[in-house]
Amino acid sequence: MTVLAIVEHDGGVPTAGSLQAVAVAAQVGGTGSAEAVAFGPGAELLRPRLVTAGVARLHVLEHDLLDDYSPETWGESLAQLVGQLRPDGVVAAGTDRGNELMAQAAARAGLPFAANCVAVDGGTGTSPAWQLTRARVGGLLYEDADLTASVKMLSLAAGVEVATAPSAADSHELPVEVFTPELPADFAYSRVVERAGHTTGVTLATAPVVVSGGRGVASAEGFAPLEELAELVGGAVGCSRVATNNGWRPHSDQVGQTGTRIAPDLYIACGISGATQHWVGCMNAKAILAINTDPEAPMVTRATYAVIGDVQDVLPAVIAAVRRRAGASTGRRPALT
Amino acid sequence: MDICVCVKRVPGTGSTILLTDDGMNVDTRHLGFTIGPHEECAVEEAVQIVTAHGGSVTVLTAGPPEAEEQLRYALSLGADRGVLIDTGPEELDAEQTASALTQAIRQLESGGSRFDMLLFGNESADASHYQVGIRVACALELPMVGGVKGIQIDEAAGTLDLRRDAAGGIEVYRTPLPAAVAVAEGLNLPRYPSMRGRLRAMKARLDTVEVQLEPGGLRKRGLRRPAEQGSQTVMLGTGPEAADAVADVLEELGVV
Ligand SMILES: Cc1cc2nc3c(=O)[nH]c(=O)nc-3n(C[C@H](O)[C@H](O)[C@H](O)COP(=O)(O)OP(=O)(O)OC[C@H]3O[C@@H](n4cnc5c(N)ncnc54)[C@H](O)[C@@H]3O)c2cc1C
Repeated sequence: MTVLAIVEHDGGVPTAGSLQAVAVAAQVGGTGSAEAVAFGPGAELLRPRLVTAGVARLHVLEHDLLDDYSPETWGESLAQLVGQLRPDGVVAAGTDRGNELMAQAAARAGLPFAANCVAVDGGTGTSPAWQLTRARVGGLLYEDADLTASVKMLSLAAGVEVATAPSAADSHELPVEVFTPELPADFAYSRVVERAGHTTGVTLATAPVVVSGGRGVASAEGFAPLEELAELVGGAVGCSRVATNNGWRPHSDQVGQTGTRIAPDLYIACGISGATQHWVGCMNAKAILAINTDPEAPMVTRATYAVIGDVQDVLPAVIAAVRRRAGASTGRRPALT
Repeated sequence: MDICVCVKRVPGTGSTILLTDDGMNVDTRHLGFTIGPHEECAVEEAVQIVTAHGGSVTVLTAGPPEAEEQLRYALSLGADRGVLIDTGPEELDAEQTASALTQAIRQLESGGSRFDMLLFGNESADASHYQVGIRVACALELPMVGGVKGIQIDEAAGTLDLRRDAAGGIEVYRTPLPAAVAVAEGLNLPRYPSMRGRLRAMKARLDTVEVQLEPGGLRKRGLRRPAEQGSQTVMLGTGPEAADAVADVLEELGVV
């Protein structure tokens, strides 16, 4: 068996998700079956890391049009490589780009594609299908499915833990094969014309604490205490879709299925009921504190901690308590005015 | 600009997802239906583009006959024409959905006029296959960018500038027209339907298109809910009096 793993990399450093893809390729195909596919400049620098990950061969896709990512040129190139190698399967990390690339390649090669798998079984050989489980709705629901195709194309849901392949300790030279796709001169594709980094600082995706508000916060101004508490604990402000739709917060603050999925140490949900589409965005938090007037709200019953009450009463008191303690621990006393 | 927006009828699930007894589908007996937020933004964007540049908005869906409700919703937001591909009650796989949409778009374009733009949601809210728009675009030989949160049209140059989030920032793609785009929520703030829009949508005549479908290579065996680590909620109190208990927890968790 041969199973290809797509390796996304930054100048020769593979992403964690790509190493998961390599591990799954090796697991499904058996020892010596995993081969890596990488695009772009610096791909050859991957060799040492891929050897220890148990990869048997590295395919590097080279073409003038492949130096920078483009969904159509990369997808077409992968489809051509798959057409030439006819592997048993192709595995990629289920990142935005990974899913886009795989869907492009599958569509062009006329193959099915299973996105965001959480488990894969290559079967015994008697059944041509691979049995897999894929995440729907951001992981709230699992779909068990059979994938039948001459080449099985799949991606792995973010955060799936796979036992890594037995590390091949010998540092043999990893064979590299260069593949140059044919891209017609009139090929219609999208090219990157601009890239910009976000301003640095605490972001919703990486903040250790997220103070989030929903309908119960009632207005844009109502978010003031949430911002104050977030600032106090070095966190970020989040929100539910109701807050976004009412124009109280920008969509970049939205937590959930169609917002950002986060995993902070603590998620403080203020006036948020806990609809599935919101829950899927915060369920990976290590701890959840719900502040809600309704003791029966799903967010309250699923949270680690809960306070029953009005956000606008509870938060100012919490902020005062935190400030008091911060003052006490640094030896400062609140000013006597 | 003639734009075709593809939307899907999906259940608006509440606080838990219940499954049918055979485990094959979401139990929708007590649920309302909607189009996904990404698709709401797609419809809104199409209406805004056509308002600014002229043209028409066609909304297309493959699904059960009841998906008419979602077409009418899109019409109430300002779309001009609704087209239903009646594919019956069974859930389609991603290849089937893409094939249905492709066949329908070919039929709609058979009069000779092509759509300048196809808009999709980035992924469907229920099945989340992340590929239907891409498959349609490939079949129709259109360039395609996904996850788009900003569209700028340069009509003179015949190009689109498409902004999306990327690791740690944003990236902008330039794409020749005609093109396909899969959009994500955050692209715009969709309007609520006006009373006039609702009335117009109620009375509108919908078109139907028929297609032939073959099953694809990914076959669903069943759905299930992953095990939840059900923990007991620790009640910290009621109202402002709970503040000290909250501060204790914040200290315990090491966040203050
Ligand atoms: C396909 C799809 C995708 C979606 N994606 C997302 C998503 O990404 N993110 C998201 O958030 N939603 C999403 N939604 C919407 C989701 O279904 C809910 O409608 C939304 O999360 C509800 O927001 P909420 O909890 O703020 O409002 P509500 O459900 O109205 O809850 C408000 C809560 O506030 C409490 N409350 C009221 N007043 C107070 C007060 N003064 N103090 C304290 N508590 C108070 C109430 O008891 C209630 O529990 C999606 C929906 C669909 C169909």
